[in-house]
Amino acid sequence: MKRIAIVFLALLLLVPAAMAEDTIKVGVIAPETGNVAVYGIAARDGVKLYIDQFNAQGGVNGKPVELIIYDDKGDPVEAMNAYNKLVYDDEVAAIIGPVTSSPTFGVAEASVEDNMPCLTATATHPDVTTYGDNFFRVCFEDPFQGGTMARFAAAELGAKTAAIIYNTADAYSTGLKDAFTEAAAEAGLEIVATEGYATSDVDFKAQLTNIAGTNPDVLFVPDYYNTAYMICSQARELGVEATFLGVDGADGVLSIEGADTSVFEGMYFANHYSADDTGELVTSFRAAFEEAYGETPNSFAALGYDAAKILCQALIEVDNAGVEIGPDSYQEVIDALQATDLEGVTGHIIFDEDGNPVKDLTIIEIKDGAYTFYSKY
Amino acid sequence: MQRRLFKTTGSRYALNFVAVLITFVALTLVSRFDLMNRYTLDILVQIGFNIILAVSLNLAAGFLGQLPLGHAGFMSVGAYAAALFSKGVDLPVALEFPLAVLVGALTAFVFGVIIGLPALRLHGDYLAIITLGFSEIIRVVIQNLEFTGGAMGLRSIPKYSDVPWTLFWVIVTIFLINNLIRSRHGRAILSIREDEIASEASGISTTYYKVVAFAISAAFAGVAGALYAHYLRILDPAQFGFTKSAEILVMVVLGGMGSLIGSVISASVLTLLPELLRGFSEYRMIVYALVLILVMIFKPSGLFGRYDFSLGGTIDSFFAGIRKKLLGKGKEGR
Repeated sequence: MKRIAIVFLALLLLVPAAMAEDTIKVGVIAPETGNVAVYGIAARDGVKLYIDQFNAQGGVNGKPVELIIYDDKGDPVEAMNAYNKLVYDDEVAAIIGPVTSSPTFGVAEASVEDNMPCLTATATHPDVTTYGDNFFRVCFEDPFQGGTMARFAAAELGAKTAAIIYNTADAYSTGLKDAFTEAAAEAGLEIVATEGYATSDVDFKAQLTNIAGTNPDVLFVPDYYNTAYMICSQARELGVEATFLGVDGADGVLSIEGADTSVFEGMYFANHYSADDTGELVTSFRAAFEEAYGETPNSFAALGYDAAKILCQALIEVDNAGVEIGPDSYQEVIDALQATDLEGVTGHIIFDEDGNPVKDLTIIEIKDGAYTFYSKY
Repeated sequence: MQRRLFKTTGSRYALNFVAVLITFVALTLVSRFDLMNRYTLDILVQIGFNIILAVSLNLAAGFLGQLPLGHAGFMSVGAYAAALFSKGVDLPVALEFPLAVLVGALTAFVFGVIIGLPALRLHGDYLAIITLGFSEIIRVVIQNLEFTGGAMGLRSIPKYSDVPWTLFWVIVTIFLINNLIRSRHGRAILSIREDEIASEASGISTTYYKVVAFAISAAFAGVAGALYAHYLRILDPAQFGFTKSAEILVMVVLGGMGSLIGSVISASVLTLLPELLRGFSEYRMIVYALVLILVMIFKPSGLFGRYDFSLGGTIDSFFAGIRKKLLGKGKEGR
């Protein structure tokens, strides 16, 4: 009996101790394992870096932000579980993530019902933010970069004809192809060939032979870097002389092991930011990231960093307004996010009414075997 | 003398019916009155459709003795058919959802017959490869069709799969498959597993029974697909690849090929495990794999082998055990 009383007393002492630890919980959903882990880990590291800096500077008016990070493996069901656990078990104030488009759809649809403030750093598919006002994103969307590359080719490179080779089984790739085609018609760029392939294809010679026959000025390759490498090197073998145009997925082409990266010489691709940008924010972010993780931050890390920054600023606004941040402050956090107006690593960010950012994209040229900042466009 | 409470089929049916009814009412009340949070409820729904997947694959793998590797293909057919149906029609939920699930099941059944007829002429590894090929074809076709949403997938599917509905379909699946196996047709299916040549010599139409079992297994995969679609609300064709088929096969093998209770338990455990291990972040998939390896080393026939569970039988043997103990003690006392 005595022992029970002691245990009970000890528990009583523990309860206020647990409550005194006054943190603001923020959830992160990112693929830490699986096929797309490379993006998830980069985005997660970016978020963690900012939160560490933010907490070191005092957090939200003295209250530190506590990150709860769950792996979704890039799988929609896992993402849904992570989301439910964050909302109903951990009772977080807001969520950063998911990272890739496909899991994001399910989470976006569920989050509308809960009116949960969500901010994806990297899901570029246009429909992601269309379900409700609670869902924001930091990256630009696919049609924007597809369209921009077409306009860029026509205006800056003086291209007259273009060819496209894209993945018919991938939402990202087909979305970009559609946007490029549409903008090309307006910009006076003639599409002379559109060729498709399937996920995990490694031989593109048939399609590229057709493209070589039309001799286009530019070849648009909307896919991730490993596929882009196979396509570009095979294209050069078959005598395609077009300038390659890529998208943000091409970030990383120069770090493929054992690859002959000379085929990329003169390629242009759209990206969210350039690590070589000499702006003060970018250089200090790069230095801090390199110190923490020992590698140059890619655009996913930069977007994760910005997402955390935007969210933390919004949380400060809510706290300043005297609202207690937690499961009952969703609408306040959403309003504060909507009012975002700040300078991030990936550019100046304000949100339009759908929750998409209004910002510039960065065009990167591959020159002398290195990524070179070409222009903001 | 052995006295058994549940000797007749009738009494066993009654007992099972009462047990199922109690579970059903309890879980319905729990979900209606929010006694568990939505995270837990959603996991229960996932356990539900995974049980249906495992049990239905067990029919083809454990009871028919074939090795199909294309279960995810049938699941995707059912999922798309049901999702397109419920997106297309506008009926009350109580009517629309069961109809959607039936549409999913029927479509998957038809595909099961179409694929089963040529595929089941082969055995073992060859059958595994051909079913794998077919399910890949299904996936690629879905990815390139206009009305299935192509690579973008389907979205904004209504969320109908709640705990009571899922449990209802789990009960239907287990009831039908269990009774099928214990019927005359089931004996024929089991005889094919034991020895195909001998059963053909005894006058069993092996092709017919193989195709029927395979198509029924496909139809229930379609049911699970329909539940999956109305749970997740989005369908992404890339999710129904080879890995998904392998995942379902792992559930069946782990539980025991030819044991329904094994499938039910291993589907539940393998769905719960990654969630319980969330705290380990990156390491949780290693723990998951480790569990599989350990079971396969120490119990290669799966957790339950071919054992199956009977509630009436268990209660009877429980009481028989007690009686024996009491009587034994009584004798000693004398």
